[in-house]
Formats: sequence, structure tokens, C-alpha cells
Amino acid sequence: MRYLPLTDAERRQMLQVIGAPSVEALFRDVPEEARLPGPLDLPKVMGELEVERALTAMAAKNVPAGSVPFFCGAGAYRHHVPAAVDHLIQRGEFLTSYTPYQPEVSQGTLQALFEFQTQVALITGMEVANASMYDGATATAEAVMMANRLTRRGKAILSGGLHPHYREITATHGRFTGFETVLAPAAPEGGEDLMGLVDANTSCVVVQNPDFFGHVRDYAALAEACHRAGALLVVAVTEPVSLGIIAPPGEMGADIVAAEGQGIGVGLNFGGPYVGLFATREKFVRQMPGRIAGETVDADGRRGWVLTLSTREQHIRREKATSNICTNSGLCALAFTIHMALLGEAGFTRLAELNHARAVQLAERLAAVPGATVLNETFFNEFTVRLAKPAAPIVERLAKKGVLAGVPVSRFYPKAKDLLLVAATETTTEDDIEIFATKLTEALR
Amino acid sequence: MSEWSRAASGFRASGAEAETISGNRGLQIEENLLFEKDGGRSGVDLPEPPKVRERIGAARRKGRIGLPGVSEPQVVRHFTRLSQKNYSIDTGLYPLGSCTMKHNPRLNEKLARLPGFADIHPLQPVSTVQGALELIDRLAWWLKALTGMPAVAMSPAAGAHGELCGIMAIRAALEARGERRQKILVPESAHGTNPATAAACGYTVEAIPADERGRVDLAALEAKLAPDVAAIMLTNPNTCGLFEPDVLRIAEAVHRVGAFFYCDGANFNAIVGRVRPADLGVDAMHINLHKTFSTPHGGGGPGAGPVVLSEALAPFAPVPWVVHGKKGFELVEKDKRSLGRLKGFHGQMGMFVRALAYIMSHGADGLWQVSGDAVLNANYLLARLRGELTPSFEGPCMHEVLFDDRFLKDTGVQTLDFAKALIDEGYHPMTMYFPLVVHGALLVEPTETESKDSLDRFADVVLALARRAKAGDAEHFKAAPRFTPRRRLDETAAARKPVLRWRPAKSEKAEAAE
Repeated sequence: MRYLPLTDAERRQMLQVIGAPSVEALFRDVPEEARLPGPLDLPKVMGELEVERALTAMAAKNVPAGSVPFFCGAGAYRHHVPAAVDHLIQRGEFLTSYTPYQPEVSQGTLQALFEFQTQVALITGMEVANASMYDGATATAEAVMMANRLTRRGKAILSGGLHPHYREITATHGRFTGFETVLAPAAPEGGEDLMGLVDANTSCVVVQNPDFFGHVRDYAALAEACHRAGALLVVAVTEPVSLGIIAPPGEMGADIVAAEGQGIGVGLNFGGPYVGLFATREKFVRQMPGRIAGETVDADGRRGWVLTLSTREQHIRREKATSNICTNSGLCALAFTIHMALLGEAGFTRLAELNHARAVQLAERLAAVPGATVLNETFFNEFTVRLAKPAAPIVERLAKKGVLAGVPVSRFYPKAKDLLLVAATETTTEDDIEIFATKLTEALR
Repeated sequence: MSEWSRAASGFRASGAEAETISGNRGLQIEENLLFEKDGGRSGVDLPEPPKVRERIGAARRKGRIGLPGVSEPQVVRHFTRLSQKNYSIDTGLYPLGSCTMKHNPRLNEKLARLPGFADIHPLQPVSTVQGALELIDRLAWWLKALTGMPAVAMSPAAGAHGELCGIMAIRAALEARGERRQKILVPESAHGTNPATAAACGYTVEAIPADERGRVDLAALEAKLAPDVAAIMLTNPNTCGLFEPDVLRIAEAVHRVGAFFYCDGANFNAIVGRVRPADLGVDAMHINLHKTFSTPHGGGGPGAGPVVLSEALAPFAPVPWVVHGKKGFELVEKDKRSLGRLKGFHGQMGMFVRALAYIMSHGADGLWQVSGDAVLNANYLLARLRGELTPSFEGPCMHEVLFDDRFLKDTGVQTLDFAKALIDEGYHPMTMYFPLVVHGALLVEPTETESKDSLDRFADVVLALARRAKAGDAEHFKAAPRFTPRRRLDETAAARKPVLRWRPAKSEKAEAAE
């Protein structure tokens, strides 16, 4: 048992100091009938080699994105993460530390979070950001609840262009917390009248940019209309890289931005852990959920960092807290911060341009495939294709031929059988695009 | 302005005593903010994008973002220096009660990074992720076996998220019975997430007092149990580090009024492999994989909080879940009775890999030893420290031991000061001022991954500090910590005038003028 330092002799010595006859005696408060007599009849201790062998065998049954031409997106994007990112987040002082409640021994984490908050505020065009949420989807649900508190209203309008998981999670919270969610119908070709759904009890309208089907939108007019109606505009972003080339939600008048940060610094990981970005206006900060790092000075007057405004949080405010969140996504936020630091202004912008250019190449090539129609006028690195045959079986067929061809919309909306979401990033090559187009042509024939 | 002069002016307010010319102290090197380094460089080399007809449309970004541009060596140095300002488990004993800061095996990091786990997309065809679903299924199997519970919801992202899941499942089950109950009972000693969760699910919270033994006051509980009570949220072992000996009677009383027993599993490390929550009458319990099963805390996450559920609650579990289908493993993503979806995609896969590796490494016999050693280590510290410190309750304790501040009476030293003095001695402080049921709480959880030698050194230091406090050297404590990168930080000032992000110097001045 390589992780357990005590020897049997030491255990006996310690029991003597304690004055207990056995370790079992220390469990005397547990009712006798609930105590197991000995270890459960389950597999026993295993060496590193054996564990590695067993899990490597499971990993080998999966098809990694990097091993094939790959076009999946729909809220999770494959990007190249510089080697330095993973090296730095694996430093034990970051990896094996707790939430920075003791600031004098956590200045590293706290300063990194302050930098994270600044980066998030800058790319979203907002004034302030928190120190992360679980993911973009839960951040969106929290944004709606924050809007409810700020407006003292209880109804959220969710765009048909909002990621279906973000919609479902917000609706789940609505059902149990007691607010209404109005789900506008999915609009693959764009065009929806959200203001028509707004009434005097509407706390917020939630939209996404680019939306779930890939369309890039300017929400400035919607923001104005929301504000006239006393409601807030929440903008969700599922691909943070898009913010390198698309005008930020803050510039359009968003009140809260809830974004998925995975695309910067965090791998696909089969859907988690990811990192939720959460940004808002300064005047709303006391209703913001989650932890926040802030600047202060120490006893010698030197600049330093602490967690602040904690009277919003559960460990102080208990049932009156703005959210029940405690552990968030610290290490993924750090990965985001480091990757963003490496990119810098020039790298971030170029990465976005590169993603877009690849997606344009892909769209132009797929548009030439008989039986495939690109629905989007505008997009960033993902768009919707209408196929002459149902998309899900086509995707299955292409997977067998070694192409992960995107995400069938029917996975979320069963009736939308002919729609396929395809994404390209800087990791997509021209060869990948050609192979995909060729195999798709065959499959649609 | 050069990088150095900027750092110096940024870090040294007037009146600060300069001990060295640079402000650095040996291995402790000052580090300014990334945003104070801007040199217009980049730490990545990306190719020129191919020329295409742009299709962004009207909403194209104009103007600069304001991100600093630095090269890779600068970035590596920056974050390495920051890391060196953190305490960590790798550095030393991290006795944070209720947080279970145990060793994080590096095998688990390696396995989570296998491309077959780290580089797969959540929406790939399920035929291409059979191994991932197998891993989730296998971890679920272990969690069910270790808790004796029939079902587990894997998707919650952390303990508090698991609480939401459990309480929502309870509410869904009650609604399916046609009942809308109003109240959730929460002991005074509970984690803050418990009442926050209950409130987030539309319940009012009623506190149950602790008795003089630090346990739930059974009589007070029974008096509060009524038909409008939906559930009790009980941490067991509780946050005083004590097992609730009346747990079976509590469960029975709760069930008698048709309510549910939610167990906060934050302290599962004390009993893992030895006691199954199902045998305690639990209906739902979250398991913090980042505590008991040692996925790294990462400076505040990510965690994972799967929730085991009883037969009565299982039908209401959130989507998705893994089933054994005809063609192998399948994912159920929609279900009529399910409470709905709580998390994007399928949960914290990266944490699942680490937790399964941890569980398999130990096996049933190893986990038996884990809880045994965790409890032994805590009791050993109780025995070593009780001469000078004041334990709040009689032992034996479970995996953590609670002291209060009676031993500091009339010394002029507060719990906070005592904790800060420990920092100077090279230790992360214990949990302070929690739980709220005793005055000036100091909650110590050593975990099973500390050696006897490590515990002895820690105990010697704590005892010596206690003697020093009693000897009247309050100044020593008030001045602590003195050897950290920063001394005590002004938290009041931080909250009064929040500075939550960096801004260019010009706008700072403009703000000051406002």
C-alpha cells in the first residue's frame, strides 16, 4: 500500500499513546450492526503497473480526436494546448493546494486568479469576472438566477440558439428553484422574435454568440430592447476562441456573460472538467455567484491578493448565499490563464483568425459536396450543414471509415434528422478537410 | 518603464521596510502581474491564416483587447514564481479539517492524460468511446459497492453540486407522491453549502442544535420532524469529527414522517471501506472524489460529486447515465422521470479516471486501511495535543479532531493568530472558526497519508506554540506570519473598495479623480 506511510509497529505505538486496544475500537460510535467485519469482498490492492495496464486497456477502446480527421464541436472544441500549460499546472504547488482561504500561503493561486479574472473581463468586454464556475452550462443557469435576484423578476427567455444543454440545465434549476423558463424553438436557420416573449416579469433574455448553429450575431439592438423592458441580457459563449475575432458581448450591451472556457488551455476530456467563465458589470458584483480574488495590501503595505466579497458566499451567508457553489474549477482556470498568457493579444487574435479561415475552407469544400448544404451566412469555426440523408447514420458510417464527422443535431433535437454541426480549428488540416469531403460524398451517394 | 522598476513601484507602498535591494528574499522572488509585462510578444508561433473570404459578418471585433504579449520563457518563469508562493500537500502536512488534503498519486495524473481519455469529445459516436463509458460504469460500480447503494448519479461537478442533485431528486420524489413539503432540517454544525443548497431548491431551512456531546440533539430533531419536512441533511461523521451514534434512530425517525435522509459525504474518508452509508439508512449522499478519492484540489477545483441514491430516489436521477445495451455501453440522455440535466455533457471524466485509479490502487483491503489510518492519525494527534490544547469533545474522534479556543483564554491570542503562527513554522493552518458550534474552532484533519514522524513533528510544534501563548508571548502570534511572501493581508480593505481586475495605470488615475 504505497500511499500509506504507517508501519504496523507504528500503528501499535500510536494506539498505545491513544490508549485504545485496536483501530476498530476507535470506531465504537458506529453502531455495531452497521460496521463491516472486514474488507468487502472486492478486488484487492494493485500495483502501479497493473492499474496502468487496466486503464490503458480502457483508453485504447476509444478513438482519440487527434488520431483521425476530426470535426466535432457543439460546445467542446479541440485546440492545440502548448506544452508549457500542462507542465505548469502539474507543479505540485498549484495541483495539490486547496482553495486559497489562507492568503499568506496562497499568493500564487490568488494572483493567478486575479489575472484570470482580468483576462476574462478583457475578452468578454465586461468590467468584472469571478474566479470560475464548473462550466459554461452551469454558469448560464447561475447567470439567470443572478438576473432574477437583480431584477426581482422570475422568468427567463432562452433563445433557440442557446446550447440545448445550457437550456436544459437552466430549466432544471427553474423547476426546483421556482422560476419560469421560456424555451424559444430551436432556430437552425436563425431569426427569432425573442422580444415578443418578454413581459413585465421577464428577468432576462439568454442568447448565445456564435449561436448553437454557428451563426454570428450582433445583439446590440436586443440589449437595448431588453433594457427598455427592465430585463437583462445574458450572453453565453461556448467557444472562447471566437472572442478573438468577434465583437465582445460587453460591447453589445450584455449585462452578464456566461462562457465555456474549455477551448483555451483545457482538453476535450470527454466533457469535463471544463471551466465556466462568468463576467458582469461592476455595479452587479455583489449579486455575482462564486469566488472572487481581489487586490489589497499586507501589514507592510505591500500589494497582495485575497478572496474577497465572501459575504455573498455559502460559507458565510449560508441559506442567504448568492449560490451554493464552493469548489469551482481552479486548476482549469489556471490552465486557461497560462494558455492565454502564452497567446497574448497577437496570438489570441491570430488563433481566432486561423480557426475561422479553416472553417471557411471547410464550408466551401462541403458546399461542393452533392447533397450537402451549408445553412450559415455567418459563422466562426462551426456551422450547420443540411444533408440529403439523416445525419446520425452518416456520422456512424464515417466513424467506421476513420472520420469523426461532427455532431448530428438529432442528438439534441430528434426531429432535426438532416442537420449536422461541423467544426474546424487550427488543428484541422487541408488533408483532413479533403478526406472528410470525399468520404461524405461517398456516404451521400 | 523597465519591467523591474514597474515591479518595484507596484509592490512597495510607502513605509514598507526594504530588507533587500530587490525586494526578493532568497528563493522568494517578487513577481509582478502579467499585465505589467506587455512587450507585444507572443509565446506561440501560429502560421499565417490562409486567405479566405471572411464570414464573420457585421459583429467583427474592432479595436484592441488589451492582453499582454510575452514569450514562453517569461510565462514559464512567471507561473513558476507564482507557484512558489503556494503551500501544497506536496510541500507538507495540510491539516485542513473537512477538506481531506491527502496525497495525490501521480499515476492518476498520468492516466487522466492518456489520449484515449483526455482527447475524446463528449459527443463522438458512442461506438467510438466505449472505453470511456466502461470507465464511468466501472467507477459507478465501485461507488455503489462501497456505499451499498443501488444507484449513482455521476454528473455532479463538485460536492455542492451533488447536494443540489440529491435535494432535487428528493423534491422530485416527493412531487411524484403528490407532496410539496416546505422544510429541510440542517444541524448547526453543517457545512454552509447544506443550507445554501436547501434554499436553492426552494426549501426553508431549520437548524437543529447540537447536544453537549457534539451530536445531533435527537429530542430536538424529533420535535421538529413533521409532515412538512422534506429531508434532513446530515454530515456523518459530522464536522466536529464525531460519528453520530444515533444515526440509525435518526434515519428511522426521518423515514417515519415520510422524509428523506440526505448525507453530506464530505467526511466519507473516515469510514470508506468499513461502513456502508446504505447500512445507516441513507437515501442520498454525494461523494467528493476530490476528498476521499484523492483527485487533486487544484487550488479550488475542479472536483466531482457523484451522488449515490436509494431505490426510492434512483428513478429521478439526472441525465445522462450509462447502461449496458445490446451493442455495448450506451448513454441515456433523456428520461421522463429524471429530474433533468445538471451538467453540460457527462460529468467530470478527468476526475473519474483519477478516482478509479485511486480506488483500484487500494482495493477493498487498501481502503479498509485508508479509513483505519485516517482515524488512527486523528486520534493520535488528539492524544498528543490534549495536554495543552482543549478538545471540544471526548474522543475517540473519527478522521478529524476539533479543538476550541479555551486553551487560549486570557492569553490575548486568538484562533486566527495561532493559525498564522503555524504558517511561520512551515505548516498550513487547520480549518479555523468552523464548525460554528464551538468557540474559536480549530479543526485538524491529518489524513492517512501522513507518517508518524510527520505527525510527531507537527504535534511538537503545536504544543510548543500553545505553551508560548500561555507564557504570555502574544506579540509573537500577533506579528505572524513573518516569513511568508506577504504578511497578513487586509481583507476588510479588499472588500470595502473591491479591486477585482487589473486596469491600465491611466484609467486608475482617472478613477481616482472621479
